[in-house]
Amino acid sequence: MEALKIHIPDNEQYRELGAYIESVRNMPGPLINVLHRAQGIFGYLPMEVQTFISRELDIPLSTVYGVVTFYNFFSMTPRGKYVVNICMGTACYVKGASKIVDIFKDELGIGEGETTEDNLFTLTTARCFGACGLAPVLMVNEDVYGHVDRKKVVEIIKKYRTLG
Amino acid sequence: MAHRLNVLVCSGASCISNDSLKVKEAMLAEIDRLGLNKEIKVIETGCMGPCQLGPVILVYPDETLYKKVQVEDVREIVEQHFLKGRPVERLMYKSPLTDELVHKSSEVDYFQKQVKIVLANCGNIDPESIEEYIAVGGYEALGKAVTEMTPDTVLNEIKISGLRGRGGGGFPTHMKWMFTKNEKSDEKYVICNADEGDPGAFMDRSVIEGDPHTLIEGMAIAGYVVGASKGYVYVRAEYPLAIERLQKAISQAKDVGFLGEKIFQSDFSFDLEVRVGAGAFVCGEETALIHSIEGKRGTPRPRPPYPSASGVWGKPTVLNNVETYANVRHIILNGGAWMAKIGTETSKGTKVFALSGTIKNTGLAEVPMGTTIRELIYDIGGGAPEGHEIKAVQLGGPSGGCVTPEYFDTPIDYESLTQLGAMMGSGGVIAMDETACMVNTAKFFLDFTCFESCGKCTPCRVGLKQMYGLLDKITKGEGEEGDIEALEKLGNTIKTTALCGLGQTAPNPVLSTIKYFRHEYEEHIHDKKCRALVCKDLISYEIDAEKCKACTLCAQKCPVDAIRGQRGVIHVIEQEKCVSCGSCYDVCPFGAVQRLSGEN
Repeated sequence: MEALKIHIPDNEQYRELGAYIESVRNMPGPLINVLHRAQGIFGYLPMEVQTFISRELDIPLSTVYGVVTFYNFFSMTPRGKYVVNICMGTACYVKGASKIVDIFKDELGIGEGETTEDNLFTLTTARCFGACGLAPVLMVNEDVYGHVDRKKVVEIIKKYRTLG
Repeated sequence: MAHRLNVLVCSGASCISNDSLKVKEAMLAEIDRLGLNKEIKVIETGCMGPCQLGPVILVYPDETLYKKVQVEDVREIVEQHFLKGRPVERLMYKSPLTDELVHKSSEVDYFQKQVKIVLANCGNIDPESIEEYIAVGGYEALGKAVTEMTPDTVLNEIKISGLRGRGGGGFPTHMKWMFTKNEKSDEKYVICNADEGDPGAFMDRSVIEGDPHTLIEGMAIAGYVVGASKGYVYVRAEYPLAIERLQKAISQAKDVGFLGEKIFQSDFSFDLEVRVGAGAFVCGEETALIHSIEGKRGTPRPRPPYPSASGVWGKPTVLNNVETYANVRHIILNGGAWMAKIGTETSKGTKVFALSGTIKNTGLAEVPMGTTIRELIYDIGGGAPEGHEIKAVQLGGPSGGCVTPEYFDTPIDYESLTQLGAMMGSGGVIAMDETACMVNTAKFFLDFTCFESCGKCTPCRVGLKQMYGLLDKITKGEGEEGDIEALEKLGNTIKTTALCGLGQTAPNPVLSTIKYFRHEYEEHIHDKKCRALVCKDLISYEIDAEKCKACTLCAQKCPVDAIRGQRGVIHVIEQEKCVSCGSCYDVCPFGAVQRLSGEN
């Protein structure tokens, strides 16, 4: 197999990540911290970014990739502007969360883990936000919506479509 | 100058998502408008517990508890109550039993059976202010430990208290600490497991968000006992507010010298760092968590060696849960014997439970060990909503099991729950009524554990998938004779052969639902019936001609055009086209769409 030839552009984003890596260089076991920051900067973790991190931290790319793919929080595909994250914890499940997922699938025409063609919405599920009192609950980016039903789903989608 | 009124606004995650912060802003503006700034202090607090009533506001010294306060209500509260001294009755809590207004928060039935030790400060102080924590005796226990006590005398108090791990396992805390203390090493570590992954548990989140210094103090005392100078708090990424407040609290504690070099002018130095998880349930297992702190894939490894001998960076490490550490300062201040008086023979102190599911009062409740499940569910939780009946409670999340009403008088302690096939776990209590299908619930948990299985050992990786396959078959109406027995056999094998706690406990939800609800499994298999009307493939929909008003709403919503009829003509569902999606059932304003299962 051919070695990965990846060109790392010299831009603001990489400079920011590079500076962060410098700041944690002496900290033991910094990889997950660096990945969190990188995903914050780039929105996701494509091979190019992983290669950069591998070189900068002197950790084999296979190890970086292994960690990225192990944790749910890290994504290798771009996310939509609004990430709809539906809680599938037990309390939400008991209150019908899987139905809420189906409604979103219908309304947005995408499956779980997918992004709409206009890059506006990504549909994901999570394991318990710890807001069980509000079940069923979902988050759109950082905003939390509780006691969600079909009507509320339609309102939520409309709201973010309007925001654009 | 003391304020005439202290107004506590709950800023737990649940209340925040119900706009409690906007309410607080509006309140400040209104107080300012009336020039009451010098008389009234508004304080943001951590979770008060009764999330169902949020946003919750508590006014001292009157102890008036306002529920579901919205921005529109603020003016009335400030003008009528704060200015004129007339509490706004329409927003006050009413007892669901007597329908009478409750004038003092301490008289609210939700709080009456509770004993707050771990949650004592949650909802009473501003979690972002170290001064408020100090004002209620904060860091006194750390001071007492490092200046007046030796590590051995501290350890002895923990031993006398009978404190056991609150994260689920129930291992005696003093033994963990002693093992780590006895190890010889140049460096040792203290870790807090705040990777609260059990769906349905949110007490650790509430402790960190509502009273972060309690955790810091408990960890520092642990560090003093075992001889560690560095600690990590591993918090899951899903809790951004907890991370923020904890980081703020750590830097405050460093500023005033409760963390750092030579604490209280002693020779003890201790520093804390927050490490953020990345969404892997298995990282709640201690060896996986340690790998994750080291920046690696969070896979567990066989024990021994235990972390007390070889933990993070290969050094002796003591690892406890948030709630365990939150008990420590109270033991030091009040003595181990004080805590040993609370609880049962084998389980001492209190336990925080997170009540959710089909129950009237959802939220956090802290009760003495030995409280019965019934007291927790009915006296505090208020039972099921009108017209429903609780048929089981699930205890201990995906590692636990369900308990049926005939066992509700069992006192809650580690041993009794394990005997019932459930477990204390981290304290999630999920009530289920007749609308929950137990087979589907078991499938839900298996789906969760299959997904979260790290894949390292075969019984968990392959075995759970097989169990899931059988459950999936049963819920689709394709179950066969022998499936239940196969599930039991697989489950028992996985329990005894899996590498870590995740796999060893993952079959519990299946085995316990088979134990208590075997008839539901049998109905699915033999009668193709789901009594809870949950399993999609076993349900059909029909329109009741008596109730149908021929409004066409259902026909418009039907994604497969399976509904015949037009305005004025009663609608009929064509069964061969219907995909049982339930859209018609959801939209019908007249309740004319009926769900049936196992009736043909």
